[in-house]
This record gives sequence, structure tokens and C-alpha cells, in this order.
Amino acid sequence: MPPKSERTILLDARAMSRALQRMAVEVAELAHGTADLVLIGIQRRGVELAERIAKMIEKDEGVAVPRGALDITLYRDDLETVGPKPVIGETRLPVDLTGKHAVIVDDVLYTGRTVRAALDELADFGRPKRISLCVLVDRGGRELPIQADVVGKVVKTGPGDRVEVQVEELDGSDQVDLVR
Amino acid sequence: MTVNLGKDLTGLEHLTPEQIRLILDTAEPFKEVSERPIKKVPALRGKTIVNLFFEASTRTRISFEFAEKRLSADTVNVAATGSSVSKGETLVDTAKNLEAMRIDMVVIRHPSSGAAGFLGQRIRSNVINAGDGKHEHPTQALLDLLTIRDKHGKIAGLKVCLVGDVLHSRVARSNIWGLTKLGAQVAVCGPYTLMPRGIEELGVQFFPRIEEAIEWADVLNILRLQLERMEKGFIPSLREYYRVWGVTPERLERSPRAITIMHPGPMNRGVEIDSRVADGPHSVILDQVTNGVAVRMAVLYLLAGGRPELADAAKRGGGAE
Repeated sequence: MPPKSERTILLDARAMSRALQRMAVEVAELAHGTADLVLIGIQRRGVELAERIAKMIEKDEGVAVPRGALDITLYRDDLETVGPKPVIGETRLPVDLTGKHAVIVDDVLYTGRTVRAALDELADFGRPKRISLCVLVDRGGRELPIQADVVGKVVKTGPGDRVEVQVEELDGSDQVDLVR
Repeated sequence: MTVNLGKDLTGLEHLTPEQIRLILDTAEPFKEVSERPIKKVPALRGKTIVNLFFEASTRTRISFEFAEKRLSADTVNVAATGSSVSKGETLVDTAKNLEAMRIDMVVIRHPSSGAAGFLGQRIRSNVINAGDGKHEHPTQALLDLLTIRDKHGKIAGLKVCLVGDVLHSRVARSNIWGLTKLGAQVAVCGPYTLMPRGIEELGVQFFPRIEEAIEWADVLNILRLQLERMEKGFIPSLREYYRVWGVTPERLERSPRAITIMHPGPMNRGVEIDSRVADGPHSVILDQVTNGVAVRMAVLYLLAGGRPELADAAKRGGGAE
């Protein structure tokens, strides 16, 4: 019999909202305003989080922040080993990225391989002057030299653990759980 | 349950509706790749694909080649003329020699029905049928399905009529399988001499007159008169064919609906289709061509590495069996 898994809440809805507020402020600070800022969410939950952060920045700064969505499936380095193919989501970039400050937004940063793929894919869409990384949860366990610039919450996890992010738009409620 | 395509794509006859939908849904994001400034993703980097064409083809071969290149695969084209095939080498020998050079996939077009399935059973590489004799042309039917779904938002319940030379048409056969599996009503229409015997057993209606088909259909897929496969006596003359069977604006005007016009190409303008219809507002003939690249990218992507045990076996240097 497999050992019983234990679920703890890392962020509830209010804590997640506060974290996103702070992240929005930090992103605007990092970009020195919003002039060249583009937020790019990674499918799937990164897209929703980028949308929220963009709205918060828009509210604070009073200007429109362009945002896009990126599906990195076709840039993965493990297509040989995954059995059934993952469903490919939409990739939609609102503007030419050349000269922009692109901020990649994702829910969880773990091995860094998704971000590596995202960097490769963005390079095929132009030459941003800068690319930053913004994640809701950094769970450690990197396999590549990649780090986030803006982080909602840092948590130490082991390889068998799972960090589950729920967002209201897709899952009905906002919450981040650690399952171990 | 997760849906998988297996090793080869030889036809639509043995695919499930879920497998067909998986291909169509996977084709959607690939449409966007062809609109990018850099029309290329690295999904099939390092894969080697041979396009083995034993029959003339422009559209299908170029479409496959674009699909392969936009997925970053390395490709080689082999045509029957000018290769060892013209020296009498058998199909399996040709393929086995190619495999000895460590290829991953073969796209094959062949004049004999069943050639793709025959090859798929004998080599380790993935095999994709790009048209075999009068049997099937699965990627053509898949791009037709995708184009119909784009235009009408659905396939189930639509009335689709295949018009003309059904007898010689692998496109018709693949379309009949695909459309009926996805719940469309399918009919065929054309001269008796160009209808295969027992066509009704595939679950399709038969209209002996083009006027009846036009009255009934939401979509007309007008097949090419395959003059190169015909001996004498199928039709009296091309002018006669146009007069009796040609899809013309005058005939279409009688329909209460705006009928979607499709043609797999290459068209015989003024024979099976009038130019004013081919270039008319309801023609999706060029959309079919655009969708062809996306559908073929989806098929290549879904087949490549789709069987992890094959990939493992290939790494060990042996076959799967």
C-alpha cells in the first residue's frame, strides 16, 4: 500500500492575492515602469497569473500592459520519453518582442527546464532587450543554472513532493498546496 | 484514457473517432506556428524523415516537406525515377536500405493499394501513407475534415457529398471513413462508370444527378477526374463530362444554402469544376492547402516518439519485436 499523502496549504486565497500584489509592484520596479514591459504567461496557469499581475500593474500605473501566452511543449527536451503527447496550448504574443523587457510568468519553478524551453522559444520571436522570470512558488530542485527575479513564495521540497497551484479561472478557487 | 496514434498512419479506416479528433485538435496550435516570423519549432530536431514518392506529386510532397522542416526534422526526398527503384529494387529492399542509414520515419506515396500498410509491417520506422493506389490518402481527408470544421464549426450532422470520380479516388475513400466516423452524413455523386461497386456498403447515399446532390448538400468535395488512371470508355468526352457533371454557378444557384466548395487539387478547371466556382466566395480550396501543412505537422508530431518502447529499443540498437 502506498504511504498516505499529506496535504498542507502553502498559500490560501488571501495570501495568494497579497503575494501577487507584491509581485506586481516588484515587476514594475524591476522594469523601471511599464514603457517596454511585456508579460508572458506559460501555459497553462502562468497565463492566468500573468493576466492578474498585468491588471494589478495597470491599476497602479494607469497604462495598458501587453501580455501574451507561451506554450513550450514543442521546445521540450523530453518528447522522446513522454508516452502520449501532451495537449499543445495556444501561443500568442501581442507585440514584436525586439527591444522589449519580457517577463516570463509561471506558477511553479522547479527543475528550470520549462524556463529553458521558454527562453529558446522567445528567441524565435525576436530579441528582447531583457528577459526576467517571475514565479508564484519557487520549490528548489534546479537542474539548470536558472533563477527567478520575482518570487511569491519560496518552499523547500523533495523530489517526491508536488506543489499544486489552483487559480480561480481554471480551478474555481485560489490556493497553493504542498502534497508530500 | 489517453489516446495514442500507434506506429503508423496508413488510413482512417482503422482509426477511432477519438484518434481522428486528437489529430485535428493537435493541428490547431500548428496553424499558428506557420504564422510566426520564424516558422520553425524544434520538436522533431534530430529526426530523419524520408519522403518516398513512387508517384508524381507536387502539393502533397511539398506540404509534407514544409511540415517536416517546420518541426526541424531532417528530410530526404526520393523519387522513383532516377533512383535504384528504376533498376528493379523492391519496395521493402529500398526501405530496409534507407533504415540501415538510421532513419526515423518514411512518408510514402505508391501506385499500389496497401503499399503503406505493407511497408509499415516490415520496417521499424514510422510509416505515413501519402496516398496508396485507390486505397487511402489519410492526410488529405484529415485536412478536409479540419477545413470543414473551421468553416462550419462542426462536422457531426453536416451533409457532405463527394462528386465525380469516386472509383479511382483514394481521397474519397479516406473522406468517407473520416466523415462517417465523426458523424457527418455522406453521399457520392457521379457517373455510374466512375462509381465503385458496393459503395453503399460504406454507409453513403448515391445521387445519380448532380442537381440532386446540390439540393441536398452543405459541402461539395469535388474530386479530380483522374485521367491518368483511366483506360478508354469511362466518360464520352471532357466537354460532355462538364456539361452533365461540372459544378457551375448556374447549378449552385438553385440551392437554398451557400454550399462550401472543396477540391483536393490539382483541379481540371472547366471539367469537374467551373473556374467561377473554384474562385468563388464559398470556395475553401486554398484553406485546404494551408491546413494541409498543419495537419501533417500534427501527424508527424504525434507519431514521432509516440511509442517509448520503440525509442528505447532504437537506443539499444535493436528492433521493438
